[in-house]
Amino acid sequence: MVLRNAGCEHMFVSILHADLDSFYASVEQRDDPSLRDRPMAVGGGILLAASYQAKACGVRTAMSERVARSLCPDLVVVPPRMSAYTQASRAVFEVFHDITPVVEGISIDEAFLDVGGLRRLVGPPELIARTVRSRVRSEVGLPISVGVAQTKFVAKIASAVSKPDGLLVVPAGGETAFLHPLPIERLWGVGKVTSAKLHARGIATIGQLAAAQEAAVVGELGAAAGHHLWALANVRDPRPVTPGRRRRSMGAQRAIGGRPRTGDELDEMLMGLVEKVCGRLRDSGRWGATFTLRLRLADFNRVTRSRTLPLPSAATQTFLRVGRELLEQASPLIADRGITLLGITIAGLTTPDRLQPTLPFDVVESGRVDQALDEIRERFGNTALTRGVHVGRSRGWEMPRLPE
Amino acid sequence: MKLQVERDVLAEAVTWAVRGLSTRPPVPVLAGVLLEASEDSLTLSAFDYEVSAKVTVPAQVDEPGETLVMGRLLSEISRSLPAKPVSLAVDGAKLTVSCGSSRFALQQMPTADYPTLPISPEPSGSVQGDVFTQAVAQVAIAADRGDTLPILTGVRMEIEGDKLSLLATDRYRLALRELTWNPSTADASHVALIPARTLSDTARALGASGTVGIALGHAAGGEGLVGFEAGRRRSTSRLLDGEYPKVTAIFPTSVDTVAVLNTATLTEAVKRVALVAERNAAVRLRFSEGQVGIEAGQGDDAQASEAVECNLQGPELEIAFNPQFLLDGLGAIGTAYARMSFTQPSRPAVLSGQAEADGDADESYRYVLMPVRFAS
Repeated sequence: MVLRNAGCEHMFVSILHADLDSFYASVEQRDDPSLRDRPMAVGGGILLAASYQAKACGVRTAMSERVARSLCPDLVVVPPRMSAYTQASRAVFEVFHDITPVVEGISIDEAFLDVGGLRRLVGPPELIARTVRSRVRSEVGLPISVGVAQTKFVAKIASAVSKPDGLLVVPAGGETAFLHPLPIERLWGVGKVTSAKLHARGIATIGQLAAAQEAAVVGELGAAAGHHLWALANVRDPRPVTPGRRRRSMGAQRAIGGRPRTGDELDEMLMGLVEKVCGRLRDSGRWGATFTLRLRLADFNRVTRSRTLPLPSAATQTFLRVGRELLEQASPLIADRGITLLGITIAGLTTPDRLQPTLPFDVVESGRVDQALDEIRERFGNTALTRGVHVGRSRGWEMPRLPE
Repeated sequence: MKLQVERDVLAEAVTWAVRGLSTRPPVPVLAGVLLEASEDSLTLSAFDYEVSAKVTVPAQVDEPGETLVMGRLLSEISRSLPAKPVSLAVDGAKLTVSCGSSRFALQQMPTADYPTLPISPEPSGSVQGDVFTQAVAQVAIAADRGDTLPILTGVRMEIEGDKLSLLATDRYRLALRELTWNPSTADASHVALIPARTLSDTARALGASGTVGIALGHAAGGEGLVGFEAGRRRSTSRLLDGEYPKVTAIFPTSVDTVAVLNTATLTEAVKRVALVAERNAAVRLRFSEGQVGIEAGQGDDAQASEAVECNLQGPELEIAFNPQFLLDGLGAIGTAYARMSFTQPSRPAVLSGQAEADGDADESYRYVLMPVRFAS
């Protein structure tokens, strides 16, 4: 580890990103010896997780079982046991909390730990990272990768690069050397769309992005995303580790010019937003109960209308229906005072294992259309399939976002 | 066209006729209500290709004729008029509505573009109005309100001779009501899937009448329609299309535990305890000899518990439900006592009514509810 600026405590690397490897699959392999060291996956219809042996054959999370089997004929697929994963996750987080009070859970299988305050008490971050790994291995029986760095986003990239079952320390001052050779897709918020835009400008690595003119990047990607990504590439990420944060809602919005809009135009935009957010909900394996329609009027006053479903859902069609009803109710207001932004938020998020089971009779599986659409978009990109009304229209700005 | 009609009669008729009209119809004329004046009556019709409504009221007609005007507007106007006779007269391109010293002039809409309403059907049979209203309300609560599976937004009406059954499910619970009706032919046999919302509206609007006529199949003027009539009101609705899931197998063939409880006491207790059940969280019911313990909340959350007297037959049992679904069922049985039948805590439970604590079960209405898994 390179020690510079030794007099200034916060300049030390102190942030750990701990990320369980192929979490659901690892739990299954831990609990069933016959699954160890072989290609296996968790899921049914759609894969929720794949073991590293399966990933070696090209099997990926969220792939359909059928596609996965064609890639890997020996693949064993087991049904998910959500309660086992919840339990394992709790045990892992107990280890985290036992090591440091500053834990920010990102999801069921990953967290940031700030261990800066432990230097004198326990030891340097690299030692603590080894402790995290060995304790999770011995106490919970799961492999975990840890990245250590001075900032959260570098730590996260480091853990991803170290996988599987790895440890990588990026020393303070060594960020540029570590990041700049990596492809831009390693940055948070660089999805297919942004990646394609940057590649079109000849930017393939984080180093090339950092070297580009900030104004040019902003011009290509828009203000928010452009500034954000350029700052990240230049290793500027001042965000602290905040314990207890968990995503409570998901949303999307679209700013629109002040000219009057017809009901059909607004309906089209609503459809696009609902598809986007429901797709993200399904990606993250969560369902939402409360739908909020957010409007900004021509005078820039904001208005919201919301409704809670009797049961949570992640179905595009269900939220579209609710959204249309709310938009319809707000239509006199819009006609009266104009509209400059349309947004939606879905809150009340839960994981489906808390949901009401269904009665045991056969019925055409709901959400089959959504699932098929998600699979197509997963394989061929977001623009592969679009609603008739959206053909030839801009989908609005894709904001960079944290992985769900 | 020129006529006089009582204010209350007009207001009630227009409001009923236009109640199903969409605020944003696919074609503008479908927002209209058609007024037809003949010898001594005024007929109002509305139609949006899904639902049609037609009502005839007595009127003093000076000049027969017809006109089409905005339905909701006429409804709002007629409800706000003073309690005096209303006169309607076509005057050039306008319909004049006058009442006391108030005058309104409404733009006429082109009647040529207005679609022909489905033929007023001859009923396939009839059912007592209040029985029908109650039966529809009992079943419609279980219909799906979402759009993920359109077929489940309907109520399945099946007719076999003098037996009429109504069934709906949203996959979490299922409601089945069986009743006797008067078919016009003894061998009547029909199955129809009616949109639950339309059926509820119709049953509420027509149920006040003594009897409600129901027309199905050819009698309704086509396979895709159902017709209702009561007094001088007639309505039709388009049926839902598709294969309804085979659900009869979910009624358990044998029962292990039966609990009989006072409906009102149980309802109140579940409502109270459910106050601490966060969104979608379950209420847990522990049935033992003589009482059921009702609990909600766990861990760091707020908790509540209450005990209610109960008559138990069979093994003790612990089971959990979504409180709203349980309350929906308790609210629908309409009897002083509730009878709950169980097999396993993970298998569907059946709720039905019972008039007296130690009387016989009334199985004309059954509400099947899927329990929630116990939080581990």
